[in-house]
Amino acid sequence: MGNVLVIAHIQDGEVKKSTNCAVTFASTVASFVGGTYSVMALGDSLGGVAESLGKLGAEKVLLAEAEGLDQQLPERWAPVIEQVVKQGGFQVVVSPATSTGKDVLPRLAHRLDAGMASDVVAVENLDGKLTYTRPMYAGNVNGQVQLPADIEVVTIRQTEFDPCATADGASPVEKVEVPAPLEVLNQIVFKGFEKSVSERPDLAEAGVVVSGGRGLKSQENFKMLEQLADLLGGAVGATRAAVDAGFIHNDFQVGQTGKIVAPDLYFAVGLSGALQHVAGMKSAKTIVAVNKDEEAPIFQVADYGMVADLFKVVPSLIEEIRKVAK
Amino acid sequence: MKILVPMKRVVDPDNANKVKISADGAKVTSEGLEWKPNPFDEYAVEAALRLLEDTGTNKMRGEVIVASIGQQEVTQQIRQCLAMGADRGILVSGDDDELDATVVARTLAKLVEKEAPDLVLTGKQAVDGDSNQVAQILAEMLGWPQATFAGSLESQADLSAISAVREVDGGAATVEVKPPAVISVDLRIVAPDGVVNNVSPKDKAYQDGPRYASLRGIMKAKKKPIDTYSLDDLGVDKTRRVNTLSFSLPPTRSAGVIVETVEELVQKLKDEAKVL
Repeated sequence: MGNVLVIAHIQDGEVKKSTNCAVTFASTVASFVGGTYSVMALGDSLGGVAESLGKLGAEKVLLAEAEGLDQQLPERWAPVIEQVVKQGGFQVVVSPATSTGKDVLPRLAHRLDAGMASDVVAVENLDGKLTYTRPMYAGNVNGQVQLPADIEVVTIRQTEFDPCATADGASPVEKVEVPAPLEVLNQIVFKGFEKSVSERPDLAEAGVVVSGGRGLKSQENFKMLEQLADLLGGAVGATRAAVDAGFIHNDFQVGQTGKIVAPDLYFAVGLSGALQHVAGMKSAKTIVAVNKDEEAPIFQVADYGMVADLFKVVPSLIEEIRKVAK
Repeated sequence: MKILVPMKRVVDPDNANKVKISADGAKVTSEGLEWKPNPFDEYAVEAALRLLEDTGTNKMRGEVIVASIGQQEVTQQIRQCLAMGADRGILVSGDDDELDATVVARTLAKLVEKEAPDLVLTGKQAVDGDSNQVAQILAEMLGWPQATFAGSLESQADLSAISAVREVDGGAATVEVKPPAVISVDLRIVAPDGVVNNVSPKDKAYQDGPRYASLRGIMKAKKKPIDTYSLDDLGVDKTRRVNTLSFSLPPTRSAGVIVETVEELVQKLKDEAKVL
């Protein structure tokens, strides 16, 4: 018997979808271990998200509120979560594999003498032991791992767990005691957060993603992809090569070390399909590739391929989709 | 300043899709594939050199030590880093099978105890295990602050504080750490302006990417010392916190169809895939 603690992902005062994905994981694990799951959030002031968090079907919603928690410093967050885990007797802690999740959870795991499985894509109950599947080698190998210590710490890849639906009713909300900052905080200062501005949906949450590579040739030409994305209510993505060439900001990089996406529809335009890019998009439901090189590896993973000049294809694709949409 | 750069040897990441799984599923095999320094760790070596060197006077303001855990053959990748300009190496003999992120961090903590570096600077993740845990666990073990996924660094001229711009979801977060600290680096750290140390003349731009070893660098690297230890020499607790049961190949996507016209593509997306 053990319970699961979900660390919520909150951004700009909103509970992000990745939290719902982590809840799906938590509810599966809770059923395996015969326990329940609770959801925890950390921040300066969480009044605005308490209601949304209460609709995730959790046993409890735990709010850690204190000045400075919005900075998401792992040196500050880890001891706060640690105390909740120990006092609440939680057996499994899960966070979506957001940058904060990746930053904080290894520190937390060590504080709890726990092992950690990163970027988990599946969980099963193997002879009474939680067993996690996680991608390695840029998604070319899956490892099956178990964590032998009493407490288990996990980040999940949100694209592999369907977001839970909003539950009826409301979970009870509790405020948790926030321990004083540790001495290590004297050695780190949070200087600020520069938000990247985009009118389009989050890459990680978009139903359609239009990505471009070096074949786009310039920053200017990415506007074409933006038009296509806007037409479909989608997001724009890019390869590392396009980012390195300065065509687009690195926030938009899709791949092993960028964003992992799994939209219903993915357009791969003027990109070859390098391993580390494919690792970030191969879970898309439908992949369309446009490239003038018929040998490009992207065609090996695409459902529909067009061997053609993207500068001719994309404008007529926009025209044609407009017609169909009418 | 003394900087310790942990470096892992990995299978050539450009051929990661060519690795195989042994028949019993117990091992990932990489016959015929080249070994390389983990790219992010190579970037960390570059960042360490850029932090310490004064390109105006061509002098280093400290020492860069490259440490790795592995078999004897890893000496080759350590020498590659020494040829870039790192001062010396440490090889802790160990087998991948007996390591997890915690055991690696414990080993590094022992090296920190021995060497007393001011900074541990490493890649944000090894591209084989893809765990992204070691820097964070090590920082917690040592009670040091961490700046992970740094896309750029700027130090005070006297290296008393280092400011890191971290690439995070939805934007960029900036933190300033006071050594001793752990920093893990992301791709952009090797951009021409990725590291500013406020000592080197500002007009000197670096090339994009980690530096190539010069012939002179390669010759010098042959004479640079590499200390070797075993996990037992260092008194490392080898209890693992992650057990890998088996490896498997994920299902692969198969190639679909090639369409000839945009009309055909849109019709298929609408009627067949039903995504429009």
